[in-house]
Amino acid sequence: MQLKSEQPDLLEISGLTKGFPGVQALDHVDFTLRAGEIHGLLGENGAGKSTLIKVLTGVFRRDGGSICLDGQEIEARDPADALSLGIGTVYQEVNLLPNLSVAENLFIGRQPHRFGLVRTGEMRGRSSELLATYGLHINVADPLGSYSVAVQQIIAIARAVDLSAKVLILDEPTASLDAQEVETLFRILNDLKARGIGIVFVTHFLDQVYAVCDRITVLRNGRLVGSRPIAELPRIELVSMMLGRELAAEALHRNQRPAVTGNPMVAFKDYGKRRLVEPFDLEIRPGEVVGLAGLLGSGRTETAKLVFGIERAESGQAFVDGKPVRIASPRDASRLRFGFTPEDRKTEGIVAELSIRENIILALQAQRGWLHQIPRRKQDEIANRFIKLLDIRTPDAEKPIGLLSGGNQQKALLARWLATEPRFLILDEPTRGIDVGAHAEIIRLIERLCDDGLALLVISSELEEIASYSDRVVVLRDRKHVRELSGPEVNADTIMTTIASHQ
Amino acid sequence: MMRRHLPVLITLAVFIAGYLICLAQFPSFASTRVIGNLLTDNAFLGIVAVGMTFVILSGGIDLSVGSVIAFTGVFLAVSIERYGLNPYLAFVLIMGLAALFGAGMGFLIHTFQIPAFIVTLAGMFLARGMCFVLTTDSIPINAPAYGQITEIALRLPGGGRLTFIALIMLAVFGLGIVLAHFTRFGADVYALGGNRTSAELMGVPVGKTTVRIYMLSSFLAALAGIVFSFYTSAGYSLAATGVELDTIAAVVIGGTLLTGGSGTIIGTLIGVLIQGLIQTYITFEGTLSSWWTKIAIGALLFAFIVLQRGLSAASIRAR
Amino acid sequence: MSGMMQVSSARTLPKGLPQLAALLVVLLVNWLVFRDFFAVRLQDGRLFGSLIDVLNRGAPVAILALGMTLVIATRGIDLSVGAVMAIAGATAATLTAQGYPLPAALAAAAGVGLACGLWNGILVAILEIQPFVATLILMVAGRGFAQLIAEGQIITFVSEGFAAIGGGSFLMLPMPVVIALAMLIVTHFVIRYTALGLFIEATGANVRSSAYAGIGTKVVTIAVYMWCSLCAAIAGLIVTADIRGADANNAGLWLELDAILAVVVGGTSLFGGRFSLGLSVVGALIIQAMNTGILLSGFPPEYNLIVKAIVVLAVLLAQTPVLSGLRFIWRAKA
Repeated sequence: MQLKSEQPDLLEISGLTKGFPGVQALDHVDFTLRAGEIHGLLGENGAGKSTLIKVLTGVFRRDGGSICLDGQEIEARDPADALSLGIGTVYQEVNLLPNLSVAENLFIGRQPHRFGLVRTGEMRGRSSELLATYGLHINVADPLGSYSVAVQQIIAIARAVDLSAKVLILDEPTASLDAQEVETLFRILNDLKARGIGIVFVTHFLDQVYAVCDRITVLRNGRLVGSRPIAELPRIELVSMMLGRELAAEALHRNQRPAVTGNPMVAFKDYGKRRLVEPFDLEIRPGEVVGLAGLLGSGRTETAKLVFGIERAESGQAFVDGKPVRIASPRDASRLRFGFTPEDRKTEGIVAELSIRENIILALQAQRGWLHQIPRRKQDEIANRFIKLLDIRTPDAEKPIGLLSGGNQQKALLARWLATEPRFLILDEPTRGIDVGAHAEIIRLIERLCDDGLALLVISSELEEIASYSDRVVVLRDRKHVRELSGPEVNADTIMTTIASHQ
Repeated sequence: MMRRHLPVLITLAVFIAGYLICLAQFPSFASTRVIGNLLTDNAFLGIVAVGMTFVILSGGIDLSVGSVIAFTGVFLAVSIERYGLNPYLAFVLIMGLAALFGAGMGFLIHTFQIPAFIVTLAGMFLARGMCFVLTTDSIPINAPAYGQITEIALRLPGGGRLTFIALIMLAVFGLGIVLAHFTRFGADVYALGGNRTSAELMGVPVGKTTVRIYMLSSFLAALAGIVFSFYTSAGYSLAATGVELDTIAAVVIGGTLLTGGSGTIIGTLIGVLIQGLIQTYITFEGTLSSWWTKIAIGALLFAFIVLQRGLSAASIRAR
Repeated sequence: MSGMMQVSSARTLPKGLPQLAALLVVLLVNWLVFRDFFAVRLQDGRLFGSLIDVLNRGAPVAILALGMTLVIATRGIDLSVGAVMAIAGATAATLTAQGYPLPAALAAAAGVGLACGLWNGILVAILEIQPFVATLILMVAGRGFAQLIAEGQIITFVSEGFAAIGGGSFLMLPMPVVIALAMLIVTHFVIRYTALGLFIEATGANVRSSAYAGIGTKVVTIAVYMWCSLCAAIAGLIVTADIRGADANNAGLWLELDAILAVVVGGTSLFGGRFSLGLSVVGALIIQAMNTGILLSGFPPEYNLIVKAIVVLAVLLAQTPVLSGLRFIWRAKA
């Protein structure tokens, strides 16, 4: 492994800026990629990785900055254009066509033909030869969908490279592969590297970063945190780059409290689902906040969805007040007076078209059933009470919620569940993508709810934040609850070490 | 490998089973006369079903084909009988006109992202309305060319006749198979039906392909209309109502996924023949009424849609 | 998604104004071709006149549009309403001809309608088949069932009570108009004075968020298809009563398209969400007023189809994101 640093950079991005209404997704980001290098691109959700890739491949137009490939300024119109310029991308959910044959996937749009007829034999022969160079010996006449995701990914890589890619972007290629498949993939990546192709590798598995990358670049909240050769970067430092240590100082004033005692309000024993999260035990008492910490893809959100009945558990038993209960749907969970604000507010939380009032009363109305409509005056009263209580900034309750800022949408979602007077609240990344002021308010709100005797399960990738309000913190890694921290162990440093540690 | 051909194999099994049941009850089903008639009677349905297969393979739908068939008949009757146009010139004219009509629908579907079933619904209204504008009467076509064409037939051993229009249908199926499986256009159609976004990312010309697909469908509907006018020797503005549904049913029973991306042209041929078989059986039976055709087709449609749902769910689980 | 929404909220016209204006324009054009258009006279305790005729003939489509509005609001479509009309008509006519009392015949028709809706709803909500595909099955097979019930004949019956549903009058208004009005009021109350309306709009706008909020989205979907089929059954009864006979082949033929057109003209998006029952009814009236106008102006009634095709395309083009995006840009520049 030699770094040819004297060689000019293959890809040079500087000062790249891209904004969406209400969010600065990329803020003057620099990034360089050398030929024959595997470069890890890391960061949590909302860090700007996917925006960076989409600007690079022409899905989005950039607002500012420059992208140079081989010293030439480029601006891709669309992914097909990017590919013709030499930038190929392979996504986690392979963007090929499962219903076409492997050979057709490799050659669509450039099939060898004579008199208007595709020369299928020649196409298949060339496909077999091409895939053989990747160590793949399969029947190329079979539909792509009949092969595993791992094989499909190799085919996608082969296609991109064969279409003259100089830069290959792999967006979380390993998320659904098993260990052996990952090994095969890495062998191929190293081959390509030796052929002088520059590879951008997006992942959240630290082991893999150390196994295959030469350099890494970390993004946070749309900004560049840093680029470093992996050889001189300790694991703990990488995690700290990803999760960050800056804090909204005013928000974090809570002192160490005595441990909450008493019987658990909700408990899960041996609760789990295959491919989602391994069986875990979890107990939460009234007035207690349990934090879930871990990197993206570690099983945090999956745990929340299992607990709220969005996914059905395959093993174990849930208990409320010590009695066994069945949680097969969000409806069941809601009837048990659980509440859940999802991480993806837009597609899983708000109903953008409906008004703030309707969004706030939605869960309460669903609990009451369709026959017992909440009288309009009561609806207004509830909506206005929470708009005031949570300081939701809006001229009135009848505005479509989709027009509010992220922070105000989050508050309205909290209001939706608070209106049901829940006993147990699950908050998935409640402070992501919202401005500093709202951020602090939501943290204060969490603390207040806890003082009111609610049981809370909070997911966050902000370690200082999660350490400040949690009584206990469960650390997850690779879809497993690996350790539970309590008492003085609940601090950002310990959480980070636990996340970064090997098995 | 097996699973890819499962739907069309099931279709074939249904056809063979159906044929054997018919044969057991009515031994004359073995005669070439019945088989020849089966092909002739369903020639126009077969031709339009080839176009519909392309549309459905691409993930779309074309509800306008029945009206286009009717318009073709009316146009031919009016232009040949009233204005004395040469029949062959009329054929060329109407096929060109239909192709333009289809291209227009494809353009609207692609450019404005309006659901295909709404656009082609409007197309269905428009074509049917144009029929009425031309005439509301049933006009017989007595041109000598018609007599000559309907006379052409291959004699089959056993007294059966393979008529010219049956031959046209078989030729259209042959060309359809080549177009679907051995050209870039065919691959692009399958690509569109598999995943439009992926297809676009892979550089498939989505707009051009969409326009061509609906162009092909309307063009073949006009050809089917010409064949239908040979068959009935008349043009009538209320003809071929509900043919769009029979066509869709034939395509789905033929093993093509209604959501697009999977299916074969040969399956559609078998699907058409299954429908013909049901109709012939009911005619032979004599006591059963024709409404059983609709119920039987509806039941088959349901069975195949549920089967497809099951197969796709199973293949998702298998990953 | 949110982009489209911002566009729609940027519109300053009050809701429903374009539809009401369109209705007014069509009525005025009718008046221009036929000066007696607005003339209404009272005869034998019943109102007569072209305007009343528009209401009377528009009633079945208006009733269909009520159910279709709810289905479309959940992001669905129901292509089977025409076939359900035929089934319900055949059921009621057959039972009446066999001498069953009127209430039994009507209840049976309604029951058959609800069963059809349950079937559609299960296919869409439980088997998760695309609505357009799922309802196609009943569209194909439904007329066969109707003929099966009617044993392949046009069933005629002698029952003044039944015939009154189509030809009678109540409070000086033709019975179909009264029934349509009653259905509008009942549907409005069921939808807006319970939480169903909210659940339907939420399900149509974002089914995932709605399910996560604890709404039983599958039950809502099934209920909506059942209501739509019930509306179709009632429309089928009116059509059957009007001709004093059930014609399984032609009853409700192509009316599914009119119903969809009425909903689209009424401004409910084919992509689900917000809906307006009243405006769908206005949409149905616009369609009928155009029909009547074409008749009055001496064109063959078949010209309707062309006019409808052009109207539906024009409305859809006006709603299309591409065009409203353009309008948004134009407005931003202005």
